[in-house]
Amino acid sequence: MSGGGGSGGSLEAIEHDVLVIGAGGAGLRAAIAASAAGVSVGVVCKSLLGKAHTVMAEGGVAAALANVDDRDSWKVHFADTMRGGQYLNDPRMAELHAREAPDRVRELEAWGALFDRTKDGRILQRNFGGHAYPRLAHVGDRTGLEMIRTLQDHGIHQGITFHMECTVTRLLTDGGRVVGAFGYERERGRFRVYRAGAVVLATGGIGRAYRITSNSWEYTGDGLALAYDAGAELVDMEFLQFHPTGMVWPPSVRGILVTEGVRGEGGVLLNKEGRRFMFDDIPPAYQNQTADSEDEGWRYTQGDKAARRPPELLTRDHVARCINREIKAGRGSPHGGVFLDIAWIRQRMKNAPEHIRRKLPGMYHQFMELAGVDITAEPMEVGPTTHYMMGGIRVDAETQMSTVPGLYAAGECAAGLHGANRLGGNSLSDLLVFGKRAGDHAAQFARGQGKARSVSAAQVDAASRAALAPFDRTASDGTNPYQVQQTLQEMMQDLVGIVRTRQEMERALEGLAALRAREARVAATGNRDYNPGWHTALDLASLLTVSEAVTRSALARTESRGAHFRDDFPAKDEAQGRVRHVVKRGPDGAMLLERIPVTPPSAELQRIIEEQR
Amino acid sequence: MTTATFRIWRGDRTSGALRDYTTEITDGMVVLDAVHQIQAAQAPDLAVRWNCKAGRCGSCSAEVNGMPRLMCMTRLADLPLERPVTVEPMKAFPPIRDLVTDVSWNYRVKTTIAPFTPRPPDAPDGTWRMDQGDVDRAMEFRKCIECFLCQDVCHVLREHHLHDGFVGPRFLVHAAALEMHPLDVADRREALRTTHGIGYCNITKCCTTVCPEHITITDNAIIPLKERVADRAYDPIRALLRVVGLGD
Repeated sequence: MSGGGGSGGSLEAIEHDVLVIGAGGAGLRAAIAASAAGVSVGVVCKSLLGKAHTVMAEGGVAAALANVDDRDSWKVHFADTMRGGQYLNDPRMAELHAREAPDRVRELEAWGALFDRTKDGRILQRNFGGHAYPRLAHVGDRTGLEMIRTLQDHGIHQGITFHMECTVTRLLTDGGRVVGAFGYERERGRFRVYRAGAVVLATGGIGRAYRITSNSWEYTGDGLALAYDAGAELVDMEFLQFHPTGMVWPPSVRGILVTEGVRGEGGVLLNKEGRRFMFDDIPPAYQNQTADSEDEGWRYTQGDKAARRPPELLTRDHVARCINREIKAGRGSPHGGVFLDIAWIRQRMKNAPEHIRRKLPGMYHQFMELAGVDITAEPMEVGPTTHYMMGGIRVDAETQMSTVPGLYAAGECAAGLHGANRLGGNSLSDLLVFGKRAGDHAAQFARGQGKARSVSAAQVDAASRAALAPFDRTASDGTNPYQVQQTLQEMMQDLVGIVRTRQEMERALEGLAALRAREARVAATGNRDYNPGWHTALDLASLLTVSEAVTRSALARTESRGAHFRDDFPAKDEAQGRVRHVVKRGPDGAMLLERIPVTPPSAELQRIIEEQR
Repeated sequence: MTTATFRIWRGDRTSGALRDYTTEITDGMVVLDAVHQIQAAQAPDLAVRWNCKAGRCGSCSAEVNGMPRLMCMTRLADLPLERPVTVEPMKAFPPIRDLVTDVSWNYRVKTTIAPFTPRPPDAPDGTWRMDQGDVDRAMEFRKCIECFLCQDVCHVLREHHLHDGFVGPRFLVHAAALEMHPLDVADRREALRTTHGIGYCNITKCCTTVCPEHITITDNAIIPLKERVADRAYDPIRALLRVVGLGD
């Protein structure tokens, strides 16, 4: 054995009834639910507790509490979610989400979360793109931190075991059922075998497959790849959300999120000519709900119930494309973005700088410290950034179980709620609603399985060998894993980005095959103790799997819909609006793509959709 | 091409040394960018924790030119680059490897602080009413991103290693967030005085200086907690009431 050292003697076995992989909002909420059901629960996470990407969520959590506008209800929230997702959503998931989100938010308050308040002391709600009424419960612009810390601080007193800084590289199966997971802990690189009655995947997104992203190093699509490798199906993978407003300057912060809350508070998008270009292109489905004038838009952001929303608050897919169009047409800002201006509200209100600092403290801080820009006095430069995967593991709407028995998924790594485009604020409510459901049902499943969990020694051996392979290559004959990752990110950004064509995506598939060959030669230097080069090498397999799934699904959709835009097929195609794409591993190991029909809404749900049109 | 030299601590649990790396620097770069560039091209196994790269997760804590900082929020433009920039791990915690330290003690300490305990709901539907002003008071402490830089700089932990008897500024802030939560009814004063060791803090305010979230740790969290603890434990009238069974 080379510098990696042998695996003999360094394998630790751990047993839980329910194993949750991922400790963002969905994972924590699932763990709390499973623990409340009385089973033993372990949580495995790649980073330290409380650092997951949920922490970056800024604007708020969507729930029809109707505290600010009593016209709101679960029905309106449901219809908004379906419209935003271009009706590719799983209607039952969208219904459950809209019905249960208010209780999940109130429950957080009972666990200590503090949200901003209305004048009569209830939870305050703010406007966000695609939501008909002010619906996002929030705390300034650090809602995600408030939520993850609340779940964390509640969770640590619920008898849950946390395995921090551990990465799972393979799910273990027995007769088609998931019975555990194999992984390594970062500190010493020791292998771990987790046996479990049920596994909940809550690993978040895939942003690291792209160069410009709001996601951290963790988001390499592990959960999707683990599920795929275990035989589960992935669905809707062509629908990757590019958030319209990421930072563009300085280069080192490119991609970092600028909350939609800026626009919710009255921020406007301008091109270099100072034109408010969002008024130029309003999609037909939203024509009736969009302001006619700048004044009406402003009144909407200030709570005038008679006013309609400004075009900056159209759905993210549309806003991102409009920004992209301005930049491509040469009307962008100096560093290749457009301007997002909140400072202008000085013309409309006294104490505007103080108001901005109070409503958007994180943004103020972020721009001041990283870009030297005072957002109370000057505009920000922003551009689209890879943000959120609408697609993911195909799950049952009620239970969140994947197509593999014993394997559950919740939050961003699961698919179905958001369809072709996610509304802002629906991810935080998604992870609460479906995190709880996944935890409840996983606990129930685990209980039904009893304690006999046989883990195959052959699977564990194969997983250890694969994990150690990078140490068997030397730096001189092997490939640098960081270079492979960077090449992949550049390629996905350029060829399978916000605007797509067949030729480019076919080139991407060839590129992916070449990268697979390079991935098989990546080398790790040094030893197994906290070695990021080795970890990066092992993450590549997941990144390549999800990148291929995105590319194949995007190639198959020869129309433009939601977040998926084809330059060679710029229009919607009604027939394809009734179809979703599923990918799974074929018998020969190659990726198979299948079409499945969209799940039709029940008669009652269809009636609600029609009423809200 | 402009370059700068970074003098980075490389080592493990038992030993280590500073090593120089020179890398290209560009507009707007932060220390974490430089560390990543060095990792990608020169030292693939250089260990560093990071996540959000926007000062929101509190993972990339280190000591830059001797100052406890988040590497992602330390711009190179604010550092003297004519001499090497030293980057070292936090010193109040045991080293694991390179810039990564063992901060697990913090996670154990948190479990010893009595959790949030709300008063009964105010409304029949199980919800509460709170005033924005009351919420704002606790909000300052809830901004904490758990970077543990305050723990790193606190001399009670860093110099005197009193980890067994003192929870450190981070968890005094946590206790303050709970004590000043408008709904919380638990009483943490006795625990603060005894097991949490609030008396060890002698208000040197180093924690406030390094807090990347600009939480006024000493003045707004620790001193009010000290006053509450003192009120309860040392007020003679209260002591008398306790003796006759009337006080808390």
